[in-house]
Amino acid sequence: MLLLLLLQTLRIAIPYLFAASGGVLAERAGIVSLTLEGFMLTGAFCATLGSFYFGSPWMGLLLGVAGGAVFGAIHAVATIRFKADQIVSAVAINLMVVGLTRFFLRLAFDSSSNSPRVAGFGGDGNAGVLATFTNPLVLLGILVMPALAWVIDRTRFGLRVRAVGEKPEAATTLGISVDRIRYGAVITSGALAALGGCYLALDQHQFTDQMTAGRGFIALAAVIFGRWTPVRAGIACLLFAFAEALQIQVQGTGVLPSQFVSMIPYVLTLVALAGVVGRAVPPAALGRAEG
Amino acid sequence: MSGTKTAIEEGVLPTLTALLVALVAGDLLILSYGQSPSEVWRLMLSGTWGNAYGIGQVLYKATTLVFTGLSVAIGLRAGLFNIGAESQLAAGGFAAGVLGLLLPVSLTPWLAIPVCLLAALLGGAMVGFVPGVLRARFGAHEVIATIMLNFIVLAFLNWAISATGLAVTETLHTPVVLSTAVPRLAAYVPMFHGSAANGTILLALLTVVIVAWLLFRARFGYELRAVGLQPMAAESSGIRVPRVWITAMVLAGGVAGLGGTNFVLGYKNYFEDGFSGGAGFLGIAVALVGRNNPFGVLLAALFFATLSQGGLAIHALVPKQMVEVLEGIVILAVAVSVPEVRRLLRSRPAKAAVTTPVQA
Repeated sequence: MLLLLLLQTLRIAIPYLFAASGGVLAERAGIVSLTLEGFMLTGAFCATLGSFYFGSPWMGLLLGVAGGAVFGAIHAVATIRFKADQIVSAVAINLMVVGLTRFFLRLAFDSSSNSPRVAGFGGDGNAGVLATFTNPLVLLGILVMPALAWVIDRTRFGLRVRAVGEKPEAATTLGISVDRIRYGAVITSGALAALGGCYLALDQHQFTDQMTAGRGFIALAAVIFGRWTPVRAGIACLLFAFAEALQIQVQGTGVLPSQFVSMIPYVLTLVALAGVVGRAVPPAALGRAEG
Repeated sequence: MSGTKTAIEEGVLPTLTALLVALVAGDLLILSYGQSPSEVWRLMLSGTWGNAYGIGQVLYKATTLVFTGLSVAIGLRAGLFNIGAESQLAAGGFAAGVLGLLLPVSLTPWLAIPVCLLAALLGGAMVGFVPGVLRARFGAHEVIATIMLNFIVLAFLNWAISATGLAVTETLHTPVVLSTAVPRLAAYVPMFHGSAANGTILLALLTVVIVAWLLFRARFGYELRAVGLQPMAAESSGIRVPRVWITAMVLAGGVAGLGGTNFVLGYKNYFEDGFSGGAGFLGIAVALVGRNNPFGVLLAALFFATLSQGGLAIHALVPKQMVEVLEGIVILAVAVSVPEVRRLLRSRPAKAAVTTPVQA
């Protein structure tokens, strides 16, 4: 029972971990990450396309990551090159991706709800230990936050990301190209979040309409609740996933209606924002388009 | 003179650019589906503005969008980005629907309808109040707060309708209440027969005028815009910025909440889970294209309502989801071209100023 609960927590957490890692990276560079939902959905759809046409989940993974990077690039060009409002650009991209995936779902599979079954990782619906830990995306998902922590805290790129996110003017005087670092961070964040979508599609062996179902926003909540650091954001992802897994386990017992469990991440984020349990202070240059 | 000209160019050029980009993108999507663009566009026009039913449906959809667009515009004028119109709209509709159930059936509509409108206003205002206070008192960013509240409020409404016995069995909507029904337009203009357009349109037009007056003629609107432009300067000139933030969010929420009556009182005569269906998020597009001007919002609402009704009209040839893509493209193109056009116009050599006197 406990093992099952922990295993389920891990499986639910994987897409959050990928998306939140993308969110931490982009926001630390100063670009708002309301786009995670769109990036994830792109990843899920492109992964399904790749796996369907090439018959290999690895090709799906490749296409999914590429798709996320493309939309990351669109967001980057709009907000960095053209200085478009980051929130508006994100709203547009999320809306566009829902429309595009539905449009091409009809075009490619003549369906308004889901794709046919495609090759994926692990046995679908199989929550066993072996199936979980032979899924390469689960292993990658466990590693992504520690790896990001290392990149942000220990590498030159990470130092520069922090610099352009906190004090872009100072970074410029040190000869760092603020724009280039931000392009790198946002495009990578698209690819990382898309991995979360790839996991969803390849784990379920198909794409279903709007299958990310707000997970990008839960990931964003985890980023904020984790105060923009990879390790704490990762713990927040696990916490949110645990609440969900617990809810699935006690479903039907009527302890707490599922709707209230689904509110937990959002309520905790509001509480964190309001500073009730220590203030959540965002990167100083977050949301500001810098010249 | 040249200042006005620049202002008009700044207002119109981004919208035209966005339309052009959307048209090209639409052509590509239509071609990818193996259809003829000219035929699809013609079908979209004839299915919306080409017959009375289409016009009625566009007007109905535009009505909700006017409210949510105004809601977002009020926030933006105060420098606050209200992403919460979706849940404010839903909460307003819920309040109106539930109050309609509680009122005695014998109550005259002349009293029952205003009471329900007030409930919708308050329902939306309550949802707007929370991010307003979180921003004013705790400095919590309203974008995150409103997004989180969308999920919280929509989940709560889902629970309220499904777990408390409010809904008709086997459905997710409350029983029909006819005593608070706002009459359909078809009751007065028979050619609108079958369309959902209803008297809420008049309320929408009235709200446009009131919001315009409030923003540009009233002292409160002056303070609100001052806070939106320069909070620090407003603060030092004696405006109480936190209070303006809260009031602006309450007002924005209230206006979005009123929009819920278009569906609940004017169309179905009951509250249904999920009736907002993205109209709150589309309000962001409406405010953006309408440049946060109440009358611009009115035009933009008609445009986006035409797109979404047009999607249904073309569905036989091309999936209606094409219009969702186009909506996204219009928003992105406007967002990109507004700062770009401004930069280009500002950097343009001041030729006009030199040549005009010569011509005169």
